[in-house]
Amino acid sequence: MKGRSREEERRLADFFRGEIARLATRPVRLMEVCGTHTVAIFKAGIRQLLPPEVELVSGPGCPVCVTPNEYLDTAVAYSRQKDVIITTFGDMLRVPGSSSSLAAELAAGADIRIVYSPLDSLGIAAADPAKKVIFLAVGFETTAPTAAATVLAAEQAGLDNFYVLSAHKLVPPALRALLTAGEVQVDGLLLPGHVSAIIGEEPYGFLAREYGVPAVITGFDPLDILGAVYLLVKRIAAGEAALDNEYRRVVPPEGNPAARAVLDSVYGEADAAWRGIGVIPGSGLAVKAAYRRFDALAALPVTVEETKDHPGCRCGEVLRGVARPADCPLFGAACTPERPVGSCMVSVEGTCAAWYKYGAGRWQV
Amino acid sequence: MCLAVPAKIVDRVDMMATVEVSGVTRQVSLMLLPEAKVGEYVLIHAGFAIQTVDEEEARKTLELFEEMAGYEG
Ligand code: SF4
Repeated sequence: MKGRSREEERRLADFFRGEIARLATRPVRLMEVCGTHTVAIFKAGIRQLLPPEVELVSGPGCPVCVTPNEYLDTAVAYSRQKDVIITTFGDMLRVPGSSSSLAAELAAGADIRIVYSPLDSLGIAAADPAKKVIFLAVGFETTAPTAAATVLAAEQAGLDNFYVLSAHKLVPPALRALLTAGEVQVDGLLLPGHVSAIIGEEPYGFLAREYGVPAVITGFDPLDILGAVYLLVKRIAAGEAALDNEYRRVVPPEGNPAARAVLDSVYGEADAAWRGIGVIPGSGLAVKAAYRRFDALAALPVTVEETKDHPGCRCGEVLRGVARPADCPLFGAACTPERPVGSCMVSVEGTCAAWYKYGAGRWQV
Repeated sequence: MCLAVPAKIVDRVDMMATVEVSGVTRQVSLMLLPEAKVGEYVLIHAGFAIQTVDEEEARKTLELFEEMAGYEG
C-alpha cells in the first residue's frame, strides 16, 4: 500500500494484531500458497507478530521447488548436446536432478546462460543461428504468459532455433488437489498476488463454494500480509467462507485478459507432475500443436537418464504442508543452501531455504 | 519467482516501454499489457509489464482498513 505515513502504518499494524489476537479464539492454520509470500513473511517477522493460535504453513507455491527431477534431468540431457544453449532463470541452476545439476553441467563446459527475461533468449538465438536455444519455461500463471509472448515474438522474428521446455504449473488445480487429499487441515488460504494479477478472482471461487475455505488475495508488504491474516481470522471467527481481495491495486476481478489471451494462444492445459504431490490433472501447460516447432520435447528428441529421487529428502512433504523443514533429518546438516540436497533448499523462495536463512521463529521450538 | 516490481512508464514505442524503477530505466515489453500508457505505474515481471497499479484502488483499500481501525480498534 503506497502513500501511507509511518504513523498510519503503525496504527494499522496495531489494529490488525489486536484484532487477530481477539478473534483467534481457537487454533487456526493458514497456508501461504506463494513462495514470495513465504519469504516476505520471514523477512518481516510476521510469525512473531501473531498469537500462538495462528499458525502459518507454507504451501506448494515455489515453482522451482515443485519442478520434478525428471524435468531437471531432461534439461541436463539437452545441456550436454554440443549445439544447444540453455537459457534459464538463475534459480534453476543449482537444483539437483537425479545425478547432476545445471550448475555442474555449466562447470563441465555446457553453454547455459542466466536470463532476466525469457525475451533475452531471442537475442541469443539471433546471434548464434547454428545453435538451438532452449528456454527453461518454469513458473506459474505470472510467468507463463511471458514465455508464451516470447514464443509469439520468436515467430514474428522468424527465428527457427528457439525452443521452450515447458514445466509451467497452474495454482488453482494444485489447491484443489491439496484440499481434496485432506492431508493437511487448512482453515484459510493466503493467495498469490501476482498469479492473481493474471488470473483474477474467479478461478478461486471453488475454494469457498466447494471446500468452505476462506481465502484472501494479498500483496507482499508486511501490512498486506497482516491485513490478509486479519481478514481470514475474521471470516473464520464468523464461520464464513468467502474470497476476499486485499490486493485490488494490482488485481482487478478479471485479472489480465490480454495476458491470458497470449497464454492461451501458445499453451493449452495439460496434466503435470509436481514434486511431492504427483500428477495433478489439468495443472500444467503444454505447447499447442500450432506452435509445436517451438516445443523442445516435440521438436528435439532427447534421451534422459532414469529418474531417481534423493531417499532422505522430505521436500515433497514440506511442499504439501505436512512436514516442516525441521522435521527433515538432513535439514541444516547434510542439506544447507551451500550444499542443497533438495529443491526446497535451493530456491530463495524454498521453504527449507527460508527456514534456514531466517530461522523458523516460534514454530521451530 | 512470481516477484514483480512497480515501475513508471516514461516512454513507449510500439510494444516496448521505457520504465523507471527507483531511478534506473529499463526496457520492458507491453505484449501482455497493450493498453498501458506513458505516466502509468505498472507491475514488471521477467521483462514484461503484467498489470497496471491502480493508485485509486490502493487508496480505497487503505481507507477501508483505516475506517475499520477507527470503528473497531
Ligand atoms: S532440508 Fe533439504 S533434504 Fe530436507 S526436505 Fe528440505 S530440501 Fe529436502
